[in-house]
Amino acid sequence: MLIAATLAVLAALILAVIRAVRGPTVFDRVLAGNSVGTLAILLLAVLGFLDGRPEWLDIGITYGLLNIISTLAVLKFFRHGDLAYDVGEDAK
Amino acid sequence: MIAILIEWASGAMIITGSIFIVIGAIGLVRMPDLYTRIHAASVTDTLGAGLLLGGLMLQSGLSLVTLKLAFLLGLFFFMGPVASHALAQAALQEGIEPLLREDRRHREAGSGESGEAR
Amino acid sequence: MRHASLGLMLFAFWLALSGHYTPFLIAVGVVCALACVAVARRMDTGDAEGHPTHLLGGAITYFPWLVLEIVKSAWTVSKIIMNPRLPISPTMTVVDASQKTSVGIATYANSITLTPGTITTHVRGKRLTVHALIRGGALDLEGGAMDARVTKFEGGA
Repeated sequence: MLIAATLAVLAALILAVIRAVRGPTVFDRVLAGNSVGTLAILLLAVLGFLDGRPEWLDIGITYGLLNIISTLAVLKFFRHGDLAYDVGEDAK
Repeated sequence: MIAILIEWASGAMIITGSIFIVIGAIGLVRMPDLYTRIHAASVTDTLGAGLLLGGLMLQSGLSLVTLKLAFLLGLFFFMGPVASHALAQAALQEGIEPLLREDRRHREAGSGESGEAR
Repeated sequence: MRHASLGLMLFAFWLALSGHYTPFLIAVGVVCALACVAVARRMDTGDAEGHPTHLLGGAITYFPWLVLEIVKSAWTVSKIIMNPRLPISPTMTVVDASQKTSVGIATYANSITLTPGTITTHVRGKRLTVHALIRGGALDLEGGAMDARVTKFEGGA
């Protein structure tokens, strides 16, 4: 059962990577990257249970927090070309 | 007796969750444009991840592990939409036009035309 | 009051993630929770918007309802994905939020995005722009059932 779940997550990972390679826009790739992050967390959780060592969940939580920050950071960078963008700059 | 039931329920949840994860990923590849792909990805993020983590929670019983799984679930629940929304808004502002069957953006909100036949 | 609850939650979070209950680590947890509360106070993020304790009562009934909605719409979207003809009819529309506070509007927008098949693409004031995978999803939102439910949640019921 857990092995089936692992295989399912791996299959989904492959599909997400296909989307990341095909693109066509940068936002499709960001979306695929976000999905890969989600699936990696799920893979970590399932593998931890399969291995009998649920401590892997801690890594999963860290990965989840990083995944969101990185998605937002990449989006911000492609929108403004600058990570230190300040909304007030537009007003000038 | 109850232990066996929980075992079965957890197995069923993990398997259904896996199925929905794969369906979401298939949609990610099949859908024609960016915005429809976001819809497909959110199936994986909500129902797939929810059922899979829920099944694992049933397996681990009442422990710290369950709490961590619940936190992970809450993270998906609260931060998933933030990322999707940021993605859609950034793409729209970048000028990527969605493929639309119908554009109702210029309708008057609340004018009562929502009750029409579907 | 709000800051005390914030500190307690942060400390509980520390205990949940730590898993080691030696006096030293617990003391460090207390110090960290207090430091976070102090920072939140200085940044003014521990207010009704950053730590909405008053919504707890409404959350008990709201989130099960939302989960049910998510399951229903995820099932619809899954059927569309697995249908060989891919019967999508993408629609964009605008809906007005009837919530009074920014927390309520954010809850509404996030609930729309969280249910598969609809995403909020833009929020300006109380007007939300929504992209729906099928036309029916957009019409459902225009009907305003979810909006009314979130407003009830905001009212604390």
